[in-house]
Amino acid sequence: MTNHQALTKYLFRLGDNALILAQRLGELVANGPELEEELATANFALDYLGQARMFYARACELEGAGRDEDEIAFLRGEREFENFLLVEQPNGHFGDTIVRQVLFDSFYILQLEALAACSDPGTAEIAARAQKEIQYHLRHAAHWLVRLGDGTQESHARVADSLQNFWRYTGELFDGDGIDDLMHSAFDGPDLQRIAGTWHDNVGKILQQATLQMPEDQWMDGGGREGRHTEPFGYLLAEMQYMQRAFPGASW
Amino acid sequence: MTPYVETSDSAGLENIWAWLAELPDPEVPVVSVVDLGMIRDVEISDGAVRVSVAPTYSGCPATDVIEQNIVSCLRDKGIADVTIRRVLSPPWTTDWISEAGREKLRAYGIAPPIGSAGKRSLLGALPKIACPCCASSNTEQVSEFGSTACKASYKCRDCLEPFEYFKCI
Repeated sequence: MTNHQALTKYLFRLGDNALILAQRLGELVANGPELEEELATANFALDYLGQARMFYARACELEGAGRDEDEIAFLRGEREFENFLLVEQPNGHFGDTIVRQVLFDSFYILQLEALAACSDPGTAEIAARAQKEIQYHLRHAAHWLVRLGDGTQESHARVADSLQNFWRYTGELFDGDGIDDLMHSAFDGPDLQRIAGTWHDNVGKILQQATLQMPEDQWMDGGGREGRHTEPFGYLLAEMQYMQRAFPGASW
Repeated sequence: MTPYVETSDSAGLENIWAWLAELPDPEVPVVSVVDLGMIRDVEISDGAVRVSVAPTYSGCPATDVIEQNIVSCLRDKGIADVTIRRVLSPPWTTDWISEAGREKLRAYGIAPPIGSAGKRSLLGALPKIACPCCASSNTEQVSEFGSTACKASYKCRDCLEPFEYFKCI
């Protein structure tokens, strides 16, 4: 694989993470636990969607095959998406949604920070833009996790469970493959080893304030970046792609 | 309608900036796209105009509308050849909003952003926001989110007026 191909693939993956999380959060529109939080998750969804568009547009440009971001989002099959399993997990209850946000955004912010300083200017400028948005997403989610963890017995028990349930999807974030290696070596991109350490420290601080225990080392799930997904992903895709599949080429 | 291309490029540039300074943001129509700091550059060459636009939030649904509005505003003024270039670097932050823009927001009832972008710690305290109606700083945040991605919801404990805050990113 050439450096150019690795960069292209890496950008598609960034887009996949952002798009799938946008779709999940978008499901909360008209289903949020309260109006303010519905607005919050809708706002987040929009930011991720905008980021996905930019990552896809840049990837398509590098790929040079004449595809555009709509085609990438709506006309690919399940195995062609290479997002992390964490972002495709269902929203569950509000505590689940918040824990998923804290775990992913704590990683994503570090990934973007490193990418903003990488040697490909097209990637760096999107990352710098996105970083500013993820900062306030993470702040919001971290505040909520502290409230829920350090809240009532019930809220504490629920988010402790959420944490336990999602933990197995966090190993994949740092388990890089050849594309991550090339992104690091050829483009001065994220160093996953280092990010893993910082992520543990940062998440640890939030959990401590939320009076939650960091889960013990355990078996980690994976496969998202080989296109092997968990069961809920197919349903997500079916809903997201319904319109283009029913009316191919529809536009407005 | 006289096409402006017969004038010199510098006179043309001044006109274009003046027209764009009147072009309202579709979501907060009291400020213009120039007030918001979204217009990074205007270039003229051989009668063709290229406007460099910095989008605000990545997913802001108004971005496409703003770009279309710029094109149609300049077309109405007789410039047929207008292209838009999206500029991501340096990224837009609320620091790009002009002083005039901040005043217009306040007069409209939206508290302008306070402080420099991105300096807040993860679990730190919120900045004090002055009420745009009575100027009291005895206010509270109702939600960090509001009617658009760029605003938070507040209320004033003194005059009891709910208001929006153009939040800092």
